[in-house]
Amino acid sequence: MAETAKTYGLIAEFETPADTMHAAERVRDAGYQKWDVFSPFPIHGMDKAMGMKNSKVGWFSFLGGATGYTTGMLMIWFMNAIDYPLVVGGKPMFSPFGAFPVAYEMTILLGAFGAILGMMFLNRLPRLHHPLLKHGRFSLVTHDRFFVVIETSDPKYSELEIRKLLEAAGSKRIEVVEE
Amino acid sequence: MAQIASNLKIHPVPVELERPALIQNQRNVGWISDRVAEIVEGKTPTWWWCAFVPSFLAMTMLLAMMTYQISTGVGVWGNNHPVAWGWDIINFVWWIGIGHAGTLISAILFLLRQRWRTAVNRAAEAMTIFAVMCAGIYPAMHVGRVWFDWWLFPFPNANGPIWPQFRSPLMWDVFAVSTYFTVSVLFWYVGLVPDLAVLRDRAKTKVRKFIYGFFALGWTGANRHWSNYEKAYLILAGLSTPLVLSVHSIVSLDFAVSQVPGWHTTIFPPYFVAGAVFSGFGMVLTLLIPLRKILKLEDLITMRHIELICKVTLATGSIVGYAYGMEVFIAWYSGNPYERFAFLNRAVGPYWWGYWTMIICNVVIPQLFWFKKIRNNLFIVFIMSIFVNIGMWFERFVIIVISLHREFLPGNWGYYRPTIVDILTYIGTFGLFFTFFLLFLRFLPMIAISEVKGVAVQADPHHPLGGAKAGGHH
Repeated sequence: MAETAKTYGLIAEFETPADTMHAAERVRDAGYQKWDVFSPFPIHGMDKAMGMKNSKVGWFSFLGGATGYTTGMLMIWFMNAIDYPLVVGGKPMFSPFGAFPVAYEMTILLGAFGAILGMMFLNRLPRLHHPLLKHGRFSLVTHDRFFVVIETSDPKYSELEIRKLLEAAGSKRIEVVEE
Repeated sequence: MAQIASNLKIHPVPVELERPALIQNQRNVGWISDRVAEIVEGKTPTWWWCAFVPSFLAMTMLLAMMTYQISTGVGVWGNNHPVAWGWDIINFVWWIGIGHAGTLISAILFLLRQRWRTAVNRAAEAMTIFAVMCAGIYPAMHVGRVWFDWWLFPFPNANGPIWPQFRSPLMWDVFAVSTYFTVSVLFWYVGLVPDLAVLRDRAKTKVRKFIYGFFALGWTGANRHWSNYEKAYLILAGLSTPLVLSVHSIVSLDFAVSQVPGWHTTIFPPYFVAGAVFSGFGMVLTLLIPLRKILKLEDLITMRHIELICKVTLATGSIVGYAYGMEVFIAWYSGNPYERFAFLNRAVGPYWWGYWTMIICNVVIPQLFWFKKIRNNLFIVFIMSIFVNIGMWFERFVIIVISLHREFLPGNWGYYRPTIVDILTYIGTFGLFFTFFLLFLRFLPMIAISEVKGVAVQADPHHPLGGAKAGGHH
């Protein structure tokens, strides 16, 4: 390992979701900002324990859905009533009822893309390199271990203080993660 | 158990009311990833090859049949005047209906907080995707000139441009089915991301690590990510629910918007959706009963899961039975002689055997699921699930062929027979389905690892097995 390696943060390992959650509550109460909890599955109640706000994915999906519906209606109106009008069975050139099924499907299609792309944007994914993914023990995060990581970029970062805090929270293994 | 209950100061549930655990034998969280990932990581088992080779050969036959049909014309099928929609449209509707159980399990049961869905949703969603692929082949081939299929989509073309005619239910169908396929793939993939990370972190070779890592998108399991992820998943479930209901409703409108006696009824959308879910759950049982045995997943796909699927099959089968009865009643009550004849002709006409096969398989046989003894007998459940698949195929046969072969004018009547090409094409779609399904079993986790972990008691921070201490501040 290069000597100039920078430190990414401190990682503390936990064995149960309950311990992890209590640790998260302590970190939250201590006022840290650049930190996260890592787990093999979403832990119910963790958002509150970390003091997080509701996810904003819904707005992206709403935007996608609204775009889909408007596009569907305008597209059909333009194609069947303006650009290439064709009389079929004496029906009106454009009717919102006949256009609805397609506009409805497009609402769902773009709403789904909005939700997924919004989620990826908010999570800054895809990201194929991450300091944590190089850390040996961290691969257990997808198996059965739980980790709390506090980054060096946190304004309150102090290795000593954090070690004390996480040890008190019950972590038996606290290590430094290299950048 | 009593010890745990007294620690938490809650009254223990009476034994007779206690629900069997979703994960049997108190398996822990690590065991779940080991068990599921082993299926993908181990040596390719012999049974897999025994299933894959015939499936692959059948898929090759499908390609040969398609080539023959495209190079020769639709005439190689049995479709002709007056039955212009034959096995192709029957199989289109049948396959797409099968897909619906996957979306019902992944989306509707998610919204209803049916936690048992986690053990079966991944395989059921895979079933959906591959079934929709099989379905999509048929209308694309049915148009006759496959090379003009792109006219179905509103691409600007050099002829003016000439745009598609959106007042036709067939255009609605194009959008419904393509949206359904796309959203099902997206939903499936989003669910796969954390599990691909599991496989990435367990990978022993560089190639595996790269490929699984690439598709895992750099997933770390951060709670700030889980939060957005769960919201996105919830929204996808919320969008897929109206989607799945709309897809088969729109498929039914292909029929109901026309004026053919037997098709022109308002009950079609709900009746088609119920039938689709019914047939899909039949297929879920057909696939999962052997798989849980071969892959030793009895602790994850428990008897409780099988029983619940049987109950959904019973419920939807009964709705379908009700719809059959109501169709007949309305045909009589309408006083319309053509409608009356259409339904009489179904029961006693030249295709009476199709109608009664449908009634026996869809209405009579599923009623056996009322009995717990039957629901707990895997062999009988498996056989019954095959009857459901057969019955639902005959339902589409009854609706399409029997309605078309004797319409309004007796001079316009005829008798439809499939050709050998129809039959081999249909067998070929099974080849396509099973080829993809077997590849899925071999390379992707067939059980949603992180979701199943999430419903384990060890995952609950308020449960003693999740590390909760008695008298804690929670």
